[in-house]
Amino acid sequence: MDKLIIAGKEFDSRLFLGTGKFNSNQVMEDAILASGTEMVTVAMKRIELENKEDDMLRHITHPHIQLLPNTSGVRTAEEAVFAAQMAREAFGTNWLKLEIHPDPRYLLPDSTETLKATEELVKLGFVVLPYCQADPTLCKRLEEAGAATVMPLAAPIGTNKGLQTRDFLRIIIEQSNVPVVVDAGIGAPSHAAEAMEMGAAACLVNTAIAVAGNPVEMATAFKEAVIAGRRAYEAGLGVQSENLVASASSPLTAFLNK
Amino acid sequence: MKVLVNNKETELLNGNSIADLAQQLKLPQQGVAIALHNRMIPRAQWAEQILQPNDSLVIIKAACGG
Repeated sequence: MDKLIIAGKEFDSRLFLGTGKFNSNQVMEDAILASGTEMVTVAMKRIELENKEDDMLRHITHPHIQLLPNTSGVRTAEEAVFAAQMAREAFGTNWLKLEIHPDPRYLLPDSTETLKATEELVKLGFVVLPYCQADPTLCKRLEEAGAATVMPLAAPIGTNKGLQTRDFLRIIIEQSNVPVVVDAGIGAPSHAAEAMEMGAAACLVNTAIAVAGNPVEMATAFKEAVIAGRRAYEAGLGVQSENLVASASSPLTAFLNK
Repeated sequence: MKVLVNNKETELLNGNSIADLAQQLKLPQQGVAIALHNRMIPRAQWAEQILQPNDSLVIIKAACGG
């Protein structure tokens, strides 16, 4: 399989993992390691002065894993730039998952603020991976602004509803000169495999793994699905018929004819 | 003197710096960032940044999230 290259850095795995919603930090770490991922998101929160014990960072810090701090919770480009600077200081990386979703009901990204923040953050030296609408025009604008990838949504965050934006994802993939990472809404390994077969560069998965009956097994299933989907894409899928008329794959028992 | 840390009043000695505050709060060496009046202060500048009464600080750390 081809390696995934983002901002000059090579990745063997095309599965990115989010760290929310796991029952425990240990299960989260086990799932991360089972998934084979090399890119893991991390959020930020204000420290509680009475309780400084929750050290999730220890569970996601491994030599092969690129931390991808996110800006979850910000509502504007200005807040995103501030969050990005805090993240760079706290985690020692200039990689950033830019997410600006002011609407708490659907958590849909604000395209105007996302584009504005991308322009500013690229100038400040960040490697920006913006979570965005599955909008082909916006994705081109983000690419022109210097985004390292685009990360269009498949469906609203945490819904597990799969590739609701399928047709737009196809256009984005066709047009993009930067890796297209399908983010949000992927609920099953088959969804991830389909995105990869379409030519997505990677998938970002969180809820589907974290809330699974067995998150570690599900992480393995996603790993295999992403690999299978990518292999199929690289192998070149057969053309789909436009109708249901069969096309024989075996010779038609011609030996019975006299 | 009192300063606000994540909107909570915290007692400090007059003339204390951000580095003194970090020590008082036993902050870890990694995985935290501090802003003073919504401006991030790099760790290298913590010792020289003397705090004033009623200064407002935000201290963040890693959290789970997708």
